[in-house]
Amino acid sequence: MRPGTLFLGAAAIVALLILPAVLSSYAVTVFIFIFFYGYLGQAWNVLGGYAGQLSAGHAAFVGVGGYATTLLSMHWGLSPWIGMVIGGLLAAALGAVIGGLGFRFGLRGFYFVLLTVAFAEVCRIITLNTEAMGGALGLYITFTGNPWQLQFQDNRAYYYLALALMLFATGVVAVVERSRLGAYLVAIREDEDAAEALGVDTFRYKLCAIVLSAFLTGLGGAFYANYLFSLQPNAVFGIPLSVDIIIRPVIGGAGTLLGPLLGSFILSPLAEIARIYFSRPGWSGIHLVVYGVLLIGTVLFLPQGAYPQLRRAWERRRAGDA
Amino acid sequence: MDLTLIAQGLLSGVLFGGVYSLMAVGLTLIFGVMRIVNFAHGDMMVWGMYLAWLLATRLGLDPTLGFALAAGALFVLGVLVQRGLVDRVRDAPHEMQILLLLGVGLVLENVALVAFGPEPQRAPSSLSRVTLWLGPVFIDMARLVAFTVAVALTVGLWLFLRRTDLGRTMRATADNPYGALVVGTDVRRVYAMAFGIGAACVGAAGALVAPILPFSPSAGLPASVTSFNIVIIGGMGSLPGAFAGGLIVSVAESLGALFLSPSMKELVSFGLLILILLLRPAGLFGRRA
Amino acid sequence: MALLEVVDLRKRFGGLHAVAGVSFEMAAGEIVGLIGPNGAGKTTLFHLISGFAAPDRGEVRFEGATTRGLRPHEICRRGLARTFQIVKPFPGLTVLENVRVGALVRTPTFGAATRKAREVLALVGLEDRADRTARGLTLADRKRLELARALATEPRLLLLDEVMAGLTPTETERIIEICRAINARGIAILLIEHVMRAVMALSRRVVVLSQGQVLAASTPDAIARDPRVVEAYLGEAYDGAVGSERAGA
Repeated sequence: MRPGTLFLGAAAIVALLILPAVLSSYAVTVFIFIFFYGYLGQAWNVLGGYAGQLSAGHAAFVGVGGYATTLLSMHWGLSPWIGMVIGGLLAAALGAVIGGLGFRFGLRGFYFVLLTVAFAEVCRIITLNTEAMGGALGLYITFTGNPWQLQFQDNRAYYYLALALMLFATGVVAVVERSRLGAYLVAIREDEDAAEALGVDTFRYKLCAIVLSAFLTGLGGAFYANYLFSLQPNAVFGIPLSVDIIIRPVIGGAGTLLGPLLGSFILSPLAEIARIYFSRPGWSGIHLVVYGVLLIGTVLFLPQGAYPQLRRAWERRRAGDA
Repeated sequence: MDLTLIAQGLLSGVLFGGVYSLMAVGLTLIFGVMRIVNFAHGDMMVWGMYLAWLLATRLGLDPTLGFALAAGALFVLGVLVQRGLVDRVRDAPHEMQILLLLGVGLVLENVALVAFGPEPQRAPSSLSRVTLWLGPVFIDMARLVAFTVAVALTVGLWLFLRRTDLGRTMRATADNPYGALVVGTDVRRVYAMAFGIGAACVGAAGALVAPILPFSPSAGLPASVTSFNIVIIGGMGSLPGAFAGGLIVSVAESLGALFLSPSMKELVSFGLLILILLLRPAGLFGRRA
Repeated sequence: MALLEVVDLRKRFGGLHAVAGVSFEMAAGEIVGLIGPNGAGKTTLFHLISGFAAPDRGEVRFEGATTRGLRPHEICRRGLARTFQIVKPFPGLTVLENVRVGALVRTPTFGAATRKAREVLALVGLEDRADRTARGLTLADRKRLELARALATEPRLLLLDEVMAGLTPTETERIIEICRAINARGIAILLIEHVMRAVMALSRRVVVLSQGQVLAASTPDAIARDPRVVEAYLGEAYDGAVGSERAGA
């Protein structure tokens, strides 16, 4: 990495660290939103961006992580910090099942997308109908503000936690990118048969990707539960959440390191603005119309997403100056 | 379990299956001809529902007749979407096509949400309260009419594909797009027709369902997923497959609602879907692609 | 021990007997040409040998061990690499990144694999295009890239499927040189080719396939003169141009 880029990155991180000191409480909430969806998008990026396996059912992993953490805390008093990891592992196990079945039977493209949607919907329906998991009403978490229970009095603690998660996921992806795993995943994405002919165990590596992606997403579920204090099957397993997860990396640039972050920095404030200014009843879908239009626009004009386009424009300018 | 209840469940399932079949037929036509999965399918259906509702509440036009207008409007929408958007990504990777249509679906669903609000609606129809008794079981007239019209449309479509020139051209293009090009077929026009007809089918299905079940814009995505289920179970690209699949899924859900619980009925169709995806992805009637 | 033994291989697709009892052997370090009219079953044979298709009957033995039931990536790890008739580059990756994927099989470390990839690029003459995106390459460069990628896996046997199709004579000559250089390192090559000049120039032996069966297997000279082969494939116009470009006898 060039020293200039490294410096910029460090400066950005420092800026983000200092920001809460000057932001209003509301603005902090917006940033938490940005960071959290940036995190989820980055987790999805491993499977959908780098490995090229489009999953539209990632909400399933959020749900599994969130419910696991909460149930363990409610029934066994287990600290959500530990429950988070267990939730992640359970989500990873679900990922292994989906991937193991789907990839073993050679499902690709649309068929794989549908498999992921099917599993997410099955999770949703089962949870909706299981009283032990709260049923249709879901689970409500009592607010204690106790850090051991992953709850904080001060909004800014959530800010730093969400930021840490986002940076952590980005770090993981950065390491993967420069490793054999990463090289193999993009090879699989570009041409699976060619990769197979070059010694890549495509099944094993795709499975790796979904397990890693699911684990990270599951961790996010714990954050979700302890930040929103409620888990409802339709919200946390539903397709709308899955759409929310994938739209940021796709528009920002799937398969790139900064794409999901850029996507979240663009879309999350947009969603928030739409929510505020169009919050009259009945207009609540406006931000989704914008999502839809942006998605269409991205596919038609910037199929690789915003980030690669910006990078190319930046590099052309630098090459022009040089 | 009471035999009458089972018989009732089966009957309702079959009747509703006609609409499911029509939905699926539209999707399978689009896929068969263009190899594209319409991720906006359910959201187009929602517009069919709302158009029927508008016609019924503003113009007093019963959905039993209004479906034709809804189908016509959706046909135009389908052609526009295909010409303006889908055509541009014809050669792009499948993931891009999926995302594009997902975007279209999002726009359709949420424009409906903004226009009509989130509260569930139902289209008033003179048949809504008529029931026919067949011994111990009853038939909901609205459902019977929906079933009849849906089957008629499906058969009509089948005849169209077999007997008319345009229909045969479509089948030829579905079979071998490059060959069709070579013999001078206006492939783009065929694609626009296919997408339009597919949208019209699902629009008609929506209009027919509008008096039967309460609906809201959020019904779009689940309807899409149901359509995909049916088409995969029946076989992508196969009209008889879509038809049979619609009946199978509807009956399975109906029995599922009986034996499990009404909110678990989708579990049955998802279970079926996962089984088929893993064991026979070509579907019951599909050709191995 | 023979490097490659193909024993009575058979593969059917419905009613079509694509490969109908093919047997032959290759020794280590040999170059063998595989020729035959279109539809003779050559590419299917490659799929069977490289693990992309499972034979109905028969066996493939590589370095004495059977390859039955092995997936293509396992066969590659054993030392058997292949190229595809219609080249399959990783379009969004650079030339270097493409070859690195191949190199990673033997050198799992990212840095070492990158270095190895550069060496292979130098061997095929693509080092000045290392940072170009594969999508933007000419056909000739794509063919060399395909070759380089397979080479990076350090195979002992390389299957080349019409690697010279669509190339100009100069480009073809270039590939012939590269093949000679590869072979000089002890790597055996089995090549499917329609460019007769290349086949005759490179091959120590030639196997002729027709309608899924071996029609003849002999030296290039003998094959060129075999009336059955001439009839099935070469046509009457082919004369003795082979004499000046004989492979080292």
